[in-house]
Amino acid sequence: MSDLLRVENLTTWLATESGIITAVDDVSFSVRPGRALALVGESGSGKSMTCSSIMRLLPASGHIAGGRVLFEGEDLLAKSPAEMEAIRGRKIGMIVQDPMTSLNPLFDVEDQVGEVFRYHLGDRSRRARRPKVLDVLSRVQIPAAEKRLGSYPHEFSGGMRQRVAIALNIACAPKLLIADEPTTALDVTVQQQILALLRDLQRETGMAIILVTHDLHTVQRFCDEVAIMYAGRIVEQGPVAEIFARPAHPYTEGLLRALPQLGGQEDRLPLIPGQPPSLASLPAGCRFAPRCRRATDLCRTEYPDWMATAGETRRSACWYADEVLG
Amino acid sequence: MLRYLTLRIAQSIVTVLLVTMIIFVIIRLIGDPTHLMLPPEATEADRELLRQQMGLSDPVAVQYWRYLLQLLHGDMGMSYRFSLPALDVVLGRIGPTLLLTCTSLAIGILVGVPLGVASAVRPDGWIDFVAKAIALFGQAAPPFFFGLIFVLVFAVQLRWLPTSGYGGPQYLIMPAIALGWYSAAGLMRLTRSNMMEVLTSEYVRMARIKGVPERVVVYKHALKNAALPVLTFASLQFGILMGGAVSIESVFAWPGMGKLILDSIANLDYAVVQAAVTVSALMFTAINLAVDLLYAYIDPRIRYA
Repeated sequence: MSDLLRVENLTTWLATESGIITAVDDVSFSVRPGRALALVGESGSGKSMTCSSIMRLLPASGHIAGGRVLFEGEDLLAKSPAEMEAIRGRKIGMIVQDPMTSLNPLFDVEDQVGEVFRYHLGDRSRRARRPKVLDVLSRVQIPAAEKRLGSYPHEFSGGMRQRVAIALNIACAPKLLIADEPTTALDVTVQQQILALLRDLQRETGMAIILVTHDLHTVQRFCDEVAIMYAGRIVEQGPVAEIFARPAHPYTEGLLRALPQLGGQEDRLPLIPGQPPSLASLPAGCRFAPRCRRATDLCRTEYPDWMATAGETRRSACWYADEVLG
Repeated sequence: MLRYLTLRIAQSIVTVLLVTMIIFVIIRLIGDPTHLMLPPEATEADRELLRQQMGLSDPVAVQYWRYLLQLLHGDMGMSYRFSLPALDVVLGRIGPTLLLTCTSLAIGILVGVPLGVASAVRPDGWIDFVAKAIALFGQAAPPFFFGLIFVLVFAVQLRWLPTSGYGGPQYLIMPAIALGWYSAAGLMRLTRSNMMEVLTSEYVRMARIKGVPERVVVYKHALKNAALPVLTFASLQFGILMGGAVSIESVFAWPGMGKLILDSIANLDYAVVQAAVTVSALMFTAINLAVDLLYAYIDPRIRYA
């Protein structure tokens, strides 16, 4: 099956107070139709910047320095701003972390959801849009949607707002939905509901999902593939089940070991020692080497090549991938 | 909403009352009008008699109470200088002042807000550069200074416009621009900084994620949010412009309230000063009230609070 999205060697710079940093460094991955890819990593590892680069919605300080973002075979980085406007919200949707701030406080829900129909499908009259708005609100399971059309964001709970945000992003049946930590700002019980909703919508529409998260349990339950990011780069990627069973990168190994296990005996979780490096002053070799118990002189001087591990389906950027794999 | 409205009206009434009370007391501290009304050779007994006739010998609190009772009937006392009801004197002069301040404010909004938006959309572009220069000049010198420069250049040197006076639109141009420039500067800067902030907000990002055209993102999603503080600022500008009009009216011999208030203070024409201040305060609070209601109309979070 051909890829819906193929990101090739994407590199994004970000101007910061400590100089220009490479927030996304030579990142490549692909997503097939109807599948869910997890982008996992600590804060600042470049997950969100990768998503913003795909959408071409970087902050003013960001700049895509190289690579290609092939969506349905066409390079999004070569599109004009007007062409991107036609793709965003129609073929690619994106939900963001904080539903408390992602909806405009001054417009009611009907207006904000209706805009998608207005600008993508040309439905100019509010009346003509209404049935479609109602339909999509009921698809994201907003109760008594017809009574909530005139409601403003501040009248909704966080979970309901995220549902509205999902509604306006799936309204045009996009092929790809990017979910950038969609549940981080929500209560734990609501998190499960939102994830269940996303899964239902995915089954219903067959859209592909990129889920940015740092919750490995979510990855395990929700996603088919996973790409682990560390300090701007992908360090390991492949099918979730295989990677979770047998990680091939010490960082992945450490992340999995730090997962609390139900009924586990230890009262302390084995955390990865140290902090991720600052992107302004990266180590010469492997970026994880300073925190890695396996690190050798080779690791400290040269960034590891991609090692194909356990067949062609997964890759690890570790000199000792095969040893980690065991 | 009704509760909000009632509360705001009550607050406005208290504000106006406080303003009238303050001006009532202050004007009586400045001086005694009987010295100006009677010839210098009049005796203290004559002046005392006049004070009693005018009610000025009573305690200030009693005088104020009497003033309030009259105010309820729309009576603001007599101007001794014009021998006319003070309110009529003020209302006769309010037209030119309102014309000047409203035109200036319109210039301020029509120039300041679009410039602010344009420079926020492209910071450090050429529009931003021009706008910053306009704002710098507008806030660097008081309006009457620009008034004098305008007179020198456009009336004396180029002879395009009359130096001063009141009449057709040609008389309005220079004073209105001199006064409006100042507002335009402040409004531009506030609009610019608000737009810059709003344009980086998450809901503007979400509007872009939806694929809404950029012009809709800027003029609908961002501007409506950025407009709220600008609206408040513009309504405060109205009061500032009324004050600024005093000096501009002197420069251009504009027959407005500013000049009337100055002359009336100099002549200790209590009734006219009080009437002018009361009317100004009423207008100012009315505009603030209107803006607050407009705010509630624009922002649903206030409407339902």
